[in-house]
Amino acid sequence: MIHVIAGLTTPFRYQFFNNGIIVATIAGALCGLLGVFVVLRGMSYIGHGLSHAVFGGAAASAVMNINYFVGAGVWGVASGVIIGRIARRRLIGADAAIGVVTTASFALGLALLNRYGQAKKSIEAVLFGSVLGVKTIDIVAVSAVAILSVVIVVALYRAFLFATFDPEVAQVSGVRVAWIEALLMGLLSLTILVTMRVIGTLLISALLVIPASIARMLTNSFARMLWISPIIGGMSAFTGMYLSYFLDTSASATIILTGTLMFIVVYAVTGIRGRTRISGLHHI
Amino acid sequence: MIGEVLVECAHMSCAYNSTLAIKSIDLTIRKGDFVGIVGPSGSGKTTLLKAILGSITPVEGHITKKPHLRMGYVPQVETVDWNFPVTVLEVVVMTRSSTGRLPRVTKDERADALLVLERLGLGGLENRHIRELSGGQQQRVFVARALFHRPELLVLDEPTSGVDVRTRHEVLHLLADLHDEGVSIILSTHDLNGLAAHLPRLVCLNSEIIADGLPVDVLTPEILEQTFGAPMEVLVHGGMPVVVDGVGADIAERMSRLA
Repeated sequence: MIHVIAGLTTPFRYQFFNNGIIVATIAGALCGLLGVFVVLRGMSYIGHGLSHAVFGGAAASAVMNINYFVGAGVWGVASGVIIGRIARRRLIGADAAIGVVTTASFALGLALLNRYGQAKKSIEAVLFGSVLGVKTIDIVAVSAVAILSVVIVVALYRAFLFATFDPEVAQVSGVRVAWIEALLMGLLSLTILVTMRVIGTLLISALLVIPASIARMLTNSFARMLWISPIIGGMSAFTGMYLSYFLDTSASATIILTGTLMFIVVYAVTGIRGRTRISGLHHI
Repeated sequence: MIGEVLVECAHMSCAYNSTLAIKSIDLTIRKGDFVGIVGPSGSGKTTLLKAILGSITPVEGHITKKPHLRMGYVPQVETVDWNFPVTVLEVVVMTRSSTGRLPRVTKDERADALLVLERLGLGGLENRHIRELSGGQQQRVFVARALFHRPELLVLDEPTSGVDVRTRHEVLHLLADLHDEGVSIILSTHDLNGLAAHLPRLVCLNSEIIADGLPVDVLTPEILEQTFGAPMEVLVHGGMPVVVDGVGADIAERMSRLA
């Protein structure tokens, strides 16, 4: 019995694993919280696009030896501004603008790493995440963004709810919808920035979408979704990270697969009721 | 007695991407008014309402409103996401987003919301999801949300669009009750017989105002053809105008020849 317990607690003997599981759990909960807005606003593609855009910045900052958070952060904001400008000219739709800018940024990042970086290792770390690379600064950064997100969502709860449910009437009723949307995009960008090194570019959008979709199947209340989704996100990140040690698989892939398994179980258990609730989320 | 002016549009024009949607609108809404805006699709009805609400700025002319005018807006129910996870109570208290910051609904807000819901015949439904309501109840939830703001002017966009006859009657009775209680109302509709003919004042709109007055004065074949661009006949039934589609009568005659 002692041997079994000792075996199960083995990963916690390693500092790198402890750092990784702390960051992953907070990141899962954070993505779960913001994922509620992403899913209900039909913005699933934004998470995917932003993470790809930030990849370009991450690659450029690695090549130019600039601090990751500064380089990738500035790059992410610049991508968002360019997307906004192209979309406002109405020559192409916002979805096409996101597609063009973010994939171009992603391709540029790949090319830079190929040409100047330690390509293979760097690319894999950014694409799929790496628990080995987690440092104390990552724990501080992800915790700070999580606290900031919780404070903002609680403090501006009604404005966020109104602007998400009915932006036009919210605007007429005095809610500064454009400001709320900019704030949400800012929080999303920060979240992607601080979680990308653990979860990776390719899988981060799944962590934004899966917990919120599970929460939607479990409840008809927006307020309840806002605490159920982070719990599911945190649980799937903790469990996935822990299992990845024993299965010897990629941590981010195992986290997403754990979330997917939870989705399948809840989908089956909630039956027609759950399916009806997510039937409006056509974009997923 | 003439009521206080709530909204006044003077030579007002509004545009989307340099294309004028409404032009040279002169319209005054006074306290106690119950006005219906009628016109075909694309005639600028919603644009006019949005200009009144302040979500569109005129490109020409101007619009003036009574200082601190409280307005409640009821959008078309067809634009509502019925799968969105909100209860009836959450929808109603949403409009107090500037004062009610926290997720918790305060005792006072809950009491106020329950009073409005009771008044609209929605008592006991506050914890229901909005999808679980009937068509008439759903429409009334959004009226309740607008009333929770204690508006002086209630603005409704196509309140009977896509609803059945029974719901249309419910909406009409509800609006008449609210008007009797002192709420001024402006709404848009293309439902000439089911809704417009029952209102005390109609404005016919097709980019510009074609006519403004009592239904008996406005619902004439000439004005309707000018507004809708199609021939229409007007009959009188029980003292009220009934609009008959002129093209429909022509088709009926052709069909009868085929029989």
